[in-house]
Amino acid sequence: MKSFLDRRSRQRIFERGIHAALLLCASLSIFTTIGIILALFFETFDFFKEVSIIEFLTDTQWTPLFVDKHFGILSLVAGTFIVSLIAMCVAIPLGILCAIYLSEYSSPRFREVVKPILEVLAGIPTVVYGYFALLFVTPLLKSFIPGLSGFNALSPGIVMGIMILPMVSSMSEDAMHAVPSSLREGAYALGATRFQVATKVVVPAALSGIMSSFVLAVSRAVGETMIVTIAAGQQPRFSLNPLVPIETITAYIVQVSLGDTPAGTIEHKTIFAAGMTLFIFTLALNLISNWLKERFREEYR
Amino acid sequence: MVDNDIVFQISNINAWYGEKHVLKDISMRIKQRKVTALIGPSGCGKSTFLRCLNRMNDFIHNFRLEGRILYKAQDLYSPETDPIEVRRTIGMVFQRPNPFPKSIYNNIAYGLQIFGIKDRAKLDAIVEDSLRKAALWDEVKDNLGQNGLALSGGQQQRLCIARAIAVNPEVILFDEPCSALDPVATAKIEDLIMELKNEYTVVIVTHNMQQAARVSDYTGFFMLGDLVEFDDTKKIFTTPANKLTEDYITGRFG
Ligand SMILES: Nc1ncnc2c1ncn2[C@@H]1O[C@H](COP(=O)(O)OP(=O)(O)O)[C@@H](O)[C@H]1O
Ligand SMILES: [Mg+2]
Repeated sequence: MKSFLDRRSRQRIFERGIHAALLLCASLSIFTTIGIILALFFETFDFFKEVSIIEFLTDTQWTPLFVDKHFGILSLVAGTFIVSLIAMCVAIPLGILCAIYLSEYSSPRFREVVKPILEVLAGIPTVVYGYFALLFVTPLLKSFIPGLSGFNALSPGIVMGIMILPMVSSMSEDAMHAVPSSLREGAYALGATRFQVATKVVVPAALSGIMSSFVLAVSRAVGETMIVTIAAGQQPRFSLNPLVPIETITAYIVQVSLGDTPAGTIEHKTIFAAGMTLFIFTLALNLISNWLKERFREEYR
Repeated sequence: MVDNDIVFQISNINAWYGEKHVLKDISMRIKQRKVTALIGPSGCGKSTFLRCLNRMNDFIHNFRLEGRILYKAQDLYSPETDPIEVRRTIGMVFQRPNPFPKSIYNNIAYGLQIFGIKDRAKLDAIVEDSLRKAALWDEVKDNLGQNGLALSGGQQQRLCIARAIAVNPEVILFDEPCSALDPVATAKIEDLIMELKNEYTVVIVTHNMQQAARVSDYTGFFMLGDLVEFDDTKKIFTTPANKLTEDYITGRFG
């Protein structure tokens, strides 16, 4: 009887230990996130003691590392925007076509084989994509577009699009696959073709999931660092010309972090202001994506 | 012998899902503007048979069919036959109501739009006409913009019937159309089916024998992939020739 009780209390201690360990892990990630946000916030606050928000948001030049300093984030935002736009122009149409093919045309066998392969594509290190853009795609494009610079927005944009394509197609395909087959049958029984069923029934019914995959893809493109650091250049430019060197927010942060700018100087604080801007963008995009998912959840049963 | 009353002439069909033999050497003739009911315990192949009639099994990857089905002297499965035309001519209503997540109006207009009918006045006219034929018009005429999924189950099923009627088919296949409905809604659909046979050929799968007895002119009894007996409904329910049929309709199994 005594040993029986003993075991039970030992069991209870074990359970409590597990509970505590799990709680610790959970809090660790929460506290890390809070820590990052606080650090970003305070450093950004410091930054805006020295630079006015008006200048930050309206100046069209970004030259914190030069003697004649300008702090216009718009140049970096423009660089980020043009690269992301090009990436989405590649990823969205191709991604949705892949998804339609996999969900509506291919045999279940083919789908089972191809989908995991596509998902592996998403696991290739981004540095590989970066050098692919710089050493292969840019020279290739140059043979069509003579005016193209060695560093430009076009080539990393295209490669980034290829990189996020599996994410778009996989998430869209999941959304389309979840559309009940009874809806498809209803349309087929009216004499619809496969293409009509895909475009007029399945895609509209899966639209919220498809849209949310687009938004997440944009968020991924905006935050993508390696490809643009390697292949887009380091010249902040308030321009949407895809053929010339530009700099994105992420590439700028890398540039300063790797340089010898001393902590505490205004040059160093710029990376927090830039980081805050990036954080606000991606947070907003993720919120929109979640909202889309929630908002249209009950589209069909 | 060519009999103009016969719309489907089904000769010795066999069907498989993979290795599973689900329809065994079935022959049947289905008459124009009559209601033909298919009864039998679940899993005996009624739905599979029905879906052979408008090539809905084409989408099932491991499905295989042998034998011949003539629709008014055309071979439904010959290489020259366009399955899209087949499904348009031979409409279908399913077990669970499956309206599109669109407005009532667009649920019906959808089938017309995919055939390129865009003229608004024409669409309006066909939508109204189809809803009237499906006995739904009076209930929804003020709310055509409402989502089809917001209707009750019975209304949804009548919406699906209206949707099928709208593309002007010659035959309508029903696969247990009332199995998800309450008795009041069921009675409405049954009345409707008896109306529809004035204009359309109807084939209905049901495992409700009273329903078969009430609405149909001919009844086929399936069991384990065999067509056990096929005859006038009155004969099947009063003096069946086969012992198995008698056992089934008297509720001794199934
Ligand atoms: N898509 C399918 N794949 C494999 N087997 C199926 C499929 N659909 C139906 N079956 C099988 O075929 C048989 C006949 O099914 P079905 O025609 O749906 O019968 P019923 O409509 O009379 O209940 C059943 O044994 C069922 O399990
Ligand atoms: Mg069935």
